[in-house]
Amino acid sequence: MRDKPQVQSLNTQLISRLRAALDVHRVHTASADIDLYKRDASNIEGRAGVVCFPLTTAEVQSVVSICAEFQQPFVARGSGTGLSGGATPLDGAVVISTAKMNRLISVDPVHRLAWIEPGMLNLDLTREVTHLGLHFAPDPSSQQSCTIGGNVANNSGGPHCLADGVTSSHILACEVVLSDGSVVMLGGEDPEPDGLDLRGAFIGSEGMFGITTKICVRLMQNYQAVSTILMDFTSVQAGAETVSSIIAWGMVPAALEMMDQLCLEAVEAYIQAGLPTDAAAALLVEVSGLPHAVTDDTERISEIGRAYGARTIRIAQDEAERALLWKGRKTAFGAIARIKPNYYLHDTVVPRRKLNEVLQEVYRIAQRHDLLVLNVFHAGDGNLHPLLIFDKRDPGIMERVHAAGEEIVRVSVEAGGVLSGEHGIGLEKRDFMPLMFGPHDLHAQASMRVAFDPLGIANPFKVLPSPSQCGDAHDMGEDMWV
Amino acid sequence: MGIDLSNFAESIGGVDHGPLWIAGQQTRTPAPSQLRLVAAPAGIVDLQPDEMTVVCGAGTPIIELRTELAKVGQYVNLPDGLTGPGTVGGALAEGRSDIYRLGRGPVRDTLLQVRYVNHDGQVVTAGGPTVKNVSGFDLSRLLIGSRGQLGYFGETILRTRPLPQSSRWFVMSEASQTVVEKILRVIYRPASVLWDGHKVWFCIEGNPKDCAAMIQRISVELPVITEISGPPDLSLYLHRQSVPPRLLGDVVQENARSDSHKIIVEAGVGIVHHQVPPESTPIEKGVTILHRRILEQFNPTGRLNPGIEILASAPSL
Ligand SMILES: Cc1cc2nc3c(=O)[nH]c(=O)nc-3n(C[C@H](O)[C@H](O)[C@H](O)COP(=O)(O)OP(=O)(O)OC[C@H]3O[C@@H](n4cnc5c(N)ncnc54)[C@H](O)[C@@H]3O)c2cc1C
Ligand SMILES: Cc1cc2nc3c(=O)[nH]c(=O)nc-3n(C[C@H](O)[C@H](O)[C@H](O)COP(=O)(O)OP(=O)(O)OC[C@H]3O[C@@H](n4cnc5c(N)ncnc54)[C@H](O)[C@@H]3O)c2cc1C
Repeated sequence: MRDKPQVQSLNTQLISRLRAALDVHRVHTASADIDLYKRDASNIEGRAGVVCFPLTTAEVQSVVSICAEFQQPFVARGSGTGLSGGATPLDGAVVISTAKMNRLISVDPVHRLAWIEPGMLNLDLTREVTHLGLHFAPDPSSQQSCTIGGNVANNSGGPHCLADGVTSSHILACEVVLSDGSVVMLGGEDPEPDGLDLRGAFIGSEGMFGITTKICVRLMQNYQAVSTILMDFTSVQAGAETVSSIIAWGMVPAALEMMDQLCLEAVEAYIQAGLPTDAAAALLVEVSGLPHAVTDDTERISEIGRAYGARTIRIAQDEAERALLWKGRKTAFGAIARIKPNYYLHDTVVPRRKLNEVLQEVYRIAQRHDLLVLNVFHAGDGNLHPLLIFDKRDPGIMERVHAAGEEIVRVSVEAGGVLSGEHGIGLEKRDFMPLMFGPHDLHAQASMRVAFDPLGIANPFKVLPSPSQCGDAHDMGEDMWV
Repeated sequence: MGIDLSNFAESIGGVDHGPLWIAGQQTRTPAPSQLRLVAAPAGIVDLQPDEMTVVCGAGTPIIELRTELAKVGQYVNLPDGLTGPGTVGGALAEGRSDIYRLGRGPVRDTLLQVRYVNHDGQVVTAGGPTVKNVSGFDLSRLLIGSRGQLGYFGETILRTRPLPQSSRWFVMSEASQTVVEKILRVIYRPASVLWDGHKVWFCIEGNPKDCAAMIQRISVELPVITEISGPPDLSLYLHRQSVPPRLLGDVVQENARSDSHKIIVEAGVGIVHHQVPPESTPIEKGVTILHRRILEQFNPTGRLNPGIEILASAPSL
């Protein structure tokens, strides 16, 4: 373990160097401007010292090299839709926004890959390649606003990742600016670049291994047929058992989502899609691919649903109905605002066969803390998303929300699950890491970090609980609250 | 339910226990005779078809895993081994895929969690037991292809998949690059497309009725395809090279010009199977530096599998 380098507060010299490297208009220091960057979409606030908007890899390199020279921590930022405080700048860090690096560089439709800049929005990529019969498979619910650089850093998932895998399975290469300002290409268009899978190690590193400035993504052929099924049940247990049974039958639907009663009520009030508001749970199942497989799987899934007591089985008859059912799933966050003004979204994974048991425990936890909880989640891969909803003006409410959240995380891990399925660890779950990992495990992860960022200035103090962060250059700022 | 790795860890010992080598079935890399040998525990300990996961010792023969999984209609995406049946640990440590990578994806996506023994004899967990997991850095991905130099795998949790309902191979002679590209474009997610510059072999998998419909469609455009019982024999093609798939046409042409030896390429993927060792590709300096730093962290004394060069003999740029 080496000594922490002395951190200097952001000084005028550093700022003038940044301005010279970029251009005055792309280096923001006015508090009204930089205040917008003090947090991501989580409740965790920090403080940005300066916000830079580079246009090219060379400019990112210049900014990072200046940070290295001043031993100044920096934080990469995409759209700030992260939910774990990953992009929250601590203690006046330099924020490096990729918002202006959002171009599609090239597409190879035969080999189904594209080179893009990291600030490109997830949905924009799919829109750009739709005419070629292709799409980018990872589809976070935030896909209209999150960047692919952010997806890479968080190894994000989405409803349609059940069959095709999360971001890591769709990234072939990342050009990365390391914390010393050097540029390296991890992975490549070729399938087995010599040596270790540095690409795979970088994906999911939450901005702590460097900044990706160019990404090669794998694109998927669009399906030829699709079927979207909504089934509802009088118990969560019946819904959960249907999920396990579908998988045990040898089917991997494109998506397999669950909504519980409170969620169905909220969404129905919001979009009037004809959802079964008196059901305890509903499953939204989508199968896609070639026509015969889609027809056969739809029949088999309906049979399984019936065997577990599904009350109604609604199969979307056309694209408009399909879009309406998905709107229900995707607008859940907007819908809850009608119940309470604030929410805290959790993200854990449990083995599929434990879904019902853990959900029942989630309900009990919420009840004990006198909170409302609704569940809308990726049931197919056991990825729970309990949404605690509240009004933060209620006295003492945040303590209850955090206490309930911690219990949900503990219950999930004790059931054989994991801390996070797609949102990452960031600051939010950093101190829960020992629930899943022992000291040797954490040390191994810290070793990866040291290898990629020996200076400890790339988004320090995230992910790893403090004793494992030998090389990080910062302490948590006093002005930060979690 | 997990495997007790204490004996395995003890056999490896701490840094002062000297250099050693972990052997699988040695189908790929024969163990150096002068080194102390260790072997990973073998056997399936938990198979959960409805979780699509299997827990097994890294020393488990892949054949055994395949047989047990087939009983529940599933398979695991690991290569059987080219010169004989290998082990789970060997396949993960090499990280090389088999010829179905185009449809089934790379080997690296198969590993969910591994408990390995590090250079100092400690048991370390990387990854998590569920199919979806972003808790911490993705150490599992780093370990795949590490050829025993970052740690010795003891227990693995692997992702399984449903066996395809049908899997059919076809061949066509006198196939140009345009034909190969047509196959890649017209067939919905083919499982494999192999090409030697003259013949193209391809595999389609899925619902039998869809496969039949797809063949009917492609037969209109390529009337001379013939169904065969399986892929071509690659047992003489022991060496491989990785190139961007868009360059495969050039590689095939260049090889035909030099007429040195036969090659078979995986179209859409970029693997070139050679009968003799191909030339190595230069490595970027930054990549070499990262490798060195990682090895310094994970194998500081060099006692794990000494003599292995993870970057092969590739020169630095
Ligand atoms: C309503 C809502 C729904 C959501 N649904 C989903 C979902 O279904 N699935 C899911 O997985 N997530 C979901 N998220 C979370 C979030 O959208 C994802 O984590 C997303 O990938 C973050 O992208 P971003 O561009 O906003 O990244 P940011 O929030 O800006 O950053 C996230 C992390 O990435 C790092 N980073 C950003 N760019 C780079 C770069 N170029 N190089 C290196 N590091 C970088 C940051 O430092 C930070 O650690 C949701 C969020 C919201 C608000
Ligand atoms: C260049 C190349 C091409 C290949 N092509 C094909 C192909 O076309 N088709 C196919 O099916 N397969 C292919 N393979 C895969 C290969 O045949 C498999 O990797 C094989 O299964 C190895 O298994 P084994 O048990 O015999 O390993 P071994 O030959 O015994 O060991 C291989 C390496 O893995 C290490 N190792 C073994 N066990 C462990 C462990 N528990 N923990 C850590 N390290 C361990 C060894 O020390 C050694 O370095 C290829 C591999 C290579 C390297």
